[in-house]
Amino acid sequence: MEGLTGRTAVAQEPQQVLTPDGELVGEPPLDLDDTRRLYRAMVAARLYDRKGSALQRQGRLATYPPFEGQEAAQVGSAVALRADDWMVATYRDAAAMWFHGYPWELLLLQRMGDERGGAPPEGVNVLPPSITVGAHLLHAVGLAWAERLQGRDRIAIAYFGDGATSEGDFHEALNFAGVYRLPVVFLCENNQYAISTPRERQTAAPSIAVRAEGYGFPGVLVDGNDLFAVYRATAEAVARARSGGGPTLVEALTYRIGPHTTADDPRRYRSEAEVEEWRRRDPVERVRRYLERAEAWDPGWQAQVEAEEGAAIEAAVERAEAVPPMEPEELLGAMFASPTPQLLEQARELRAALEEAGERP
Amino acid sequence: MAVLNMVQALNQALAQAMEADPRVMVLGEDVGRAGGVFRVTDGLLERFGEDRVVDTPVAESGIVGAAFGLAVGGMRPVAEIQFMGFSYPAFDQVVSHVSRIRNRSRHRFTAPLVIRIPYGAGIGAAEHHSESSEVIYAHTPGLKVVVPSRPYDAKGLLLSAIADPDPVVFLEPIRSYRAVREEVPEEPYRVPIGRARVAREGTDATLVAWGAMMREALGAAEALQAEGVSVEVVDLRSLVPLDVETVVASVRKTGRAVVVHEAPRTAGFAGELVAIIQERALYALEAPVVRVTGWDTVVPLKRGEHHYLPSVGRVVAGVRRALAG
Repeated sequence: MEGLTGRTAVAQEPQQVLTPDGELVGEPPLDLDDTRRLYRAMVAARLYDRKGSALQRQGRLATYPPFEGQEAAQVGSAVALRADDWMVATYRDAAAMWFHGYPWELLLLQRMGDERGGAPPEGVNVLPPSITVGAHLLHAVGLAWAERLQGRDRIAIAYFGDGATSEGDFHEALNFAGVYRLPVVFLCENNQYAISTPRERQTAAPSIAVRAEGYGFPGVLVDGNDLFAVYRATAEAVARARSGGGPTLVEALTYRIGPHTTADDPRRYRSEAEVEEWRRRDPVERVRRYLERAEAWDPGWQAQVEAEEGAAIEAAVERAEAVPPMEPEELLGAMFASPTPQLLEQARELRAALEEAGERP
Repeated sequence: MAVLNMVQALNQALAQAMEADPRVMVLGEDVGRAGGVFRVTDGLLERFGEDRVVDTPVAESGIVGAAFGLAVGGMRPVAEIQFMGFSYPAFDQVVSHVSRIRNRSRHRFTAPLVIRIPYGAGIGAAEHHSESSEVIYAHTPGLKVVVPSRPYDAKGLLLSAIADPDPVVFLEPIRSYRAVREEVPEEPYRVPIGRARVAREGTDATLVAWGAMMREALGAAEALQAEGVSVEVVDLRSLVPLDVETVVASVRKTGRAVVVHEAPRTAGFAGELVAIIQERALYALEAPVVRVTGWDTVVPLKRGEHHYLPSVGRVVAGVRRALAG
């Protein structure tokens, strides 16, 4: 795009390192061992994602928002973070959150309808997923700011979709981040649809990445189904943030293969041909082909990875389902550090009502 | 002891909190160089520097959303919104995130921040500058809502709010900012959140008010005293948590109650108080509880404003209704 200065601001073609056939068109930013580790994480994420949809169909989860197709965008960016960096993400970012330390078990517990799934272990600096769209970008801004004010070098990353870029808080967050040059990375997974609404209805700008220019910091457009391209761009953005260079907007161009949630029917707004086209650019298969070419993949290892990661996910499901429901006092007991007299009275009222009805809480 | 108005008392509280705790910071529109539109943050920029006294872009959602992240990340931000009518762009951040993160994360993450909001009518301001929307915050689970009526409480409640482990919406009555002066101790002290104050003792009727309306309540009590009617006046100071015991004890004693607020009547906070009084003290009541409130309108502009705000005369009439009932 021709900016006001007449220079080319943000490339319109997404950066790519690995073609859909798994061929390198650039320098690989990761060695084979790391690539195998990330491939394994993407396989695990896909197993989890399919498990989530299956559990929903069995009535064991509430709605489930699948992320199939977005594994590279999530894992490839999360791996660029330091273990103690802040992550603020959406309900569709389970792979990124898990990779950054949020256990499958707690992600599932929350999806089963239990707030205790919103409490990651100490040391895991990941907020419970944001359900409202866009507001959480400001939370990442504030977290990054808090780190700098306290003299630490942690950064914050915010994950969001193309739909969130239409919210006012997108503007306010990028504006604050630019004005104060905060150590924050805005990672947009442009998966082309906000439920049914296509990306073209979110902005008339030629890309989302180009909008960074309006806030005075760099925007980068990458092939979001290319693990290497996502990793390289995010690692550069993280390094810039950590060294005091300010924020970056990374647009990972990807595609949501599944429905918005298990309550959605995407056939109403997009063609099967379009979905098939994106299946050919599958982010997991792309890395598998690359590893196979490099003789770092074989069917035996694949079977082993699927067995081990699948068993870990099954165990997480079992643990989440074994968590007993909360007692009234605990259910009502997390609005404040100490419950108000009103909340104490209401918990007693709930307990009395349950006991009168002969129900266990 | 120094005699201060509420602006000076609040300024002193902010300075002392920032002095005592390096995590305390102030952010908002014009809070730095200008010292705030009401000068509550006057002199703080010079004293504590740009990192801790932050002039922000004109973006209320941004101020509160960023303050949320700052608080979760370990700071103790005090965000200023210039007028209550400008707090609505930030409402989603308050109602969807600030008030909920503790519950959403089962105490794992918390947002101990203070949102200071000047509120109320009576200064002949433009539209949006006179709102009294405390009930929408009081109705939002997870927020504490505090309204001082005098300089002493303003300082002590603000120091409590900044130290509180949960988010506090701190409402400052614009009309009382400079109208009342009183002795305020120099040293830091806290007025506990959730405790009402019997501002004037009496035996014939109970007046319940808060914030700017305390002036009308006390004025009405004074006027009625001349007629030999003894009115007890309760200053709530906190709407959440509500000090039910103090209100109920007073109504049990007097048998008659009048609730005064400047917000519109329908679904106002007086409705909550009337419900509690009838739940807890019905058999002590000699008469129906009376509400003296603003009308169900937008606050009229300067020329009609005095028809909207409860006056001493309207409060006196309200007490007479309670006495006659």
